Amino acid sequence: MATSYEVNRQKEKTPMPELDPVERARTFEEVALGYAAEDAFNEARRCIQCPKSPCVHGCPVGVPIPQFVAQVAEGDFGAAYALVKEANALPAICGRVCPQESQCEGVCTRGKNGEPVGIGRLERFVADWAFEHPEEAAKAAAALAERRAEEAAAAGETPAEAVAADEPDEIVVPDVDLSGKRVAVVGSGPASLTCAGELAKRGCDVTVFEALHKVGGVLTYGIPEFRLPKDLVAREVEALGESGVSFETNALVGKLYDIDELMDERGFDAVFVGTGAGIPSYLGIEGEGLNGVMAASELLTRVNLMKAYLFPEYDTPVYAGKHCVVVGGGNVAMDAARTAKRLGADVTVVYRRGREEMPARAEEVHHAEQEGIEFQLLTNPVRILGDDKGWTCGVECVRMELGEPDASGRRRPVAVEGSEFVVDIDMLVVAAGSKTNPLIAQTTPGLETTSRNLIVADERTCATSKPGVFAGGDAVIGAATVILAMGAGKRAAAGIAEYLTAK
Amino acid sequence: MYPIERVEPLNAEVTRMVVRAPEIARKIKPGQFIMLRIDEVGERIPLTMNDCDPEAGTVTIVFQAVGATTMRLAKMKEGDALLDFAGPLGNPTELEGAKRACVIGGGLGTAIAYPQAKWLYEHGAEVDVITGFRNVDLVLLEDEINACSTRQIIMTDDGSNGNKGLVTQALQQRIDEGADYDLVLAVGPVIMMKFVAATTKPYGIKTLVSMNPLMIDGTGMCGGCRVKVGDEYLHACVDGPDFDGHLVDFDDAMRRGVMYRSFESAARDAAEGRDCNGGAAVAAADGERKGA
Repeated sequence: MATSYEVNRQKEKTPMPELDPVERARTFEEVALGYAAEDAFNEARRCIQCPKSPCVHGCPVGVPIPQFVAQVAEGDFGAAYALVKEANALPAICGRVCPQESQCEGVCTRGKNGEPVGIGRLERFVADWAFEHPEEAAKAAAALAERRAEEAAAAGETPAEAVAADEPDEIVVPDVDLSGKRVAVVGSGPASLTCAGELAKRGCDVTVFEALHKVGGVLTYGIPEFRLPKDLVAREVEALGESGVSFETNALVGKLYDIDELMDERGFDAVFVGTGAGIPSYLGIEGEGLNGVMAASELLTRVNLMKAYLFPEYDTPVYAGKHCVVVGGGNVAMDAARTAKRLGADVTVVYRRGREEMPARAEEVHHAEQEGIEFQLLTNPVRILGDDKGWTCGVECVRMELGEPDASGRRRPVAVEGSEFVVDIDMLVVAAGSKTNPLIAQTTPGLETTSRNLIVADERTCATSKPGVFAGGDAVIGAATVILAMGAGKRAAAGIAEYLTAK
Repeated sequence: MYPIERVEPLNAEVTRMVVRAPEIARKIKPGQFIMLRIDEVGERIPLTMNDCDPEAGTVTIVFQAVGATTMRLAKMKEGDALLDFAGPLGNPTELEGAKRACVIGGGLGTAIAYPQAKWLYEHGAEVDVITGFRNVDLVLLEDEINACSTRQIIMTDDGSNGNKGLVTQALQQRIDEGADYDLVLAVGPVIMMKFVAATTKPYGIKTLVSMNPLMIDGTGMCGGCRVKVGDEYLHACVDGPDFDGHLVDFDDAMRRGVMYRSFESAARDAAEGRDCNGGAAVAAADGERKGA
């Protein structure tokens, strides 16, 4: 595809303005500051509009990347926003938290010789621009909707099919009128918000049930302020509210209502279950019950949901030591490490595999390093040591080396005999993933689940074994990413629309 | 918002509060708890249900003003409202099938033991209720418990009610007298539950204890409420709050229970300062959050 603009041949991404690492390691302010219009313009022009657009295939929700990037390159930010928003309900969030390097940017043609186009940064830019220019953004979205209708009329198809023709990888939520239909959405994380938004767009009466006092799921209690400002999450939720979605907080489905009651007594025609991951997993080693040892989700919930970093202005406290080890190599481990750092601890991340195998987003690892967080890779904790008062005072670790590949394809770490050493600590955070909360499985007769309590759902429609009940996100696939959950939420909306129309 | 319909001091330290929460009142069972938050800056605290009235749509809680949140709560009045009130959480106490039960409450635990005794009594069980307090002025729910028990034994540490001793002494005496319990429930300080479990163990009497560890979300997410039961850590919010008293590691629970003690006085001072200052401090805290 030829470009209508002169391609920027610069090999590296246009740098992202960031807070100073020393400065920011003491505050919870957002680290990455976002592109200015000129940065965005320069970065967008690095896209060569290659004909196969592998980036779109790399995107779980099928954002029309070359098209929106071209609009940014042309300086039409409104049109760019309309294109992104059509495919992605939460672009300001995805632009910040998606693992772009393993998705769109990981397959970008520019990345074969230099750095890929900063697609995530551009997505964030257009979303933030739209928030600052609401009227222009709304006008652009309306113009795009009109164009879709015209295209559809010309081709004798529905607007949804017109979108599909434009973006072959798009998950198509059928363009049907769902007025008069009622759908309950259980949980309010990214899968649920996406599903709710898509259904509400089609006139469906959607109620989201959230167990906690705040909506947003992992976006609210899990991902820290310095990576995803909570005002921004609140803004997205507010926008959904304006589009007609209702929210019931303090409503734990499975306890306050079960799914049968939602359908039979409260009259919902279908239910989407997006309850996410659940109870934290532990290491299963000696000393995990010591004081000063906590799951990452406890640290993050105290700080993010309860604002414990503002204690005592806020009533919830959070314990932070001086010397902290965080065990794990995923995004949650990075979030926990950077949070502990901001609470005043020296932090070391201990991970049993190597740098290459770390599942965390590259940018998070980079930011953690910049902030002075140490990494002990190929290292595994074997025992947590305690003092006579029951507080942790050390962790015994062993060096690992990589052996044969295991079932996941990653090389299995093997302990190096005799390499044990002790790190002095007064705080240890376990970020070892999570087990699914069994509540929905236990209280929903007819719902098929796996031995790990994951809900069994159809890959295409997200339908479960129980008619009218759909599920997606971490509750189905185990702990994964925001964008995969959103992809599932979108597929579920399509599945639900299909189900409600056929009904 | 969840309106407070009635506030009543039960003694100098303990308050009974009736909260309007019709959906929860319809579902909550003895042994289950709610999590409440007073306002935007408040913490989430778990309180086990004392009573509920599904027809009136109310849930009754009883609390002792010891921490920042309960002290603020004790100052609230009829007509005020709580920002958040979520439940029912945790599992109901397994009461079915018990024929001869002994329900033991220590101090505030008496308020939680009460609905269990009531349920058992209403379902035809013989119910002994043994309660323990520091002194006679702190005795809770004597009339209510009289109405739903076969026998009520009240013990005081100082003997000011004429019955000096520990709940475990009364329990041992009843066992010696041939009470032949098939279920013992204990709710109260961890140390009390530990000794109740130790008392019943030689007789193999099924003994349930209601654990009340640190908790943040209460829905099975944060892992804060771990209780060591046998060889494993279980979560009070989703696996409990009742556990087999003969398997719980009470010493571990006591040690974990003090993890946040050093924060308590700062929390109380801040909460008091804020309440004296009205909304100003709340607004300041909110402003700081936005600036952060």
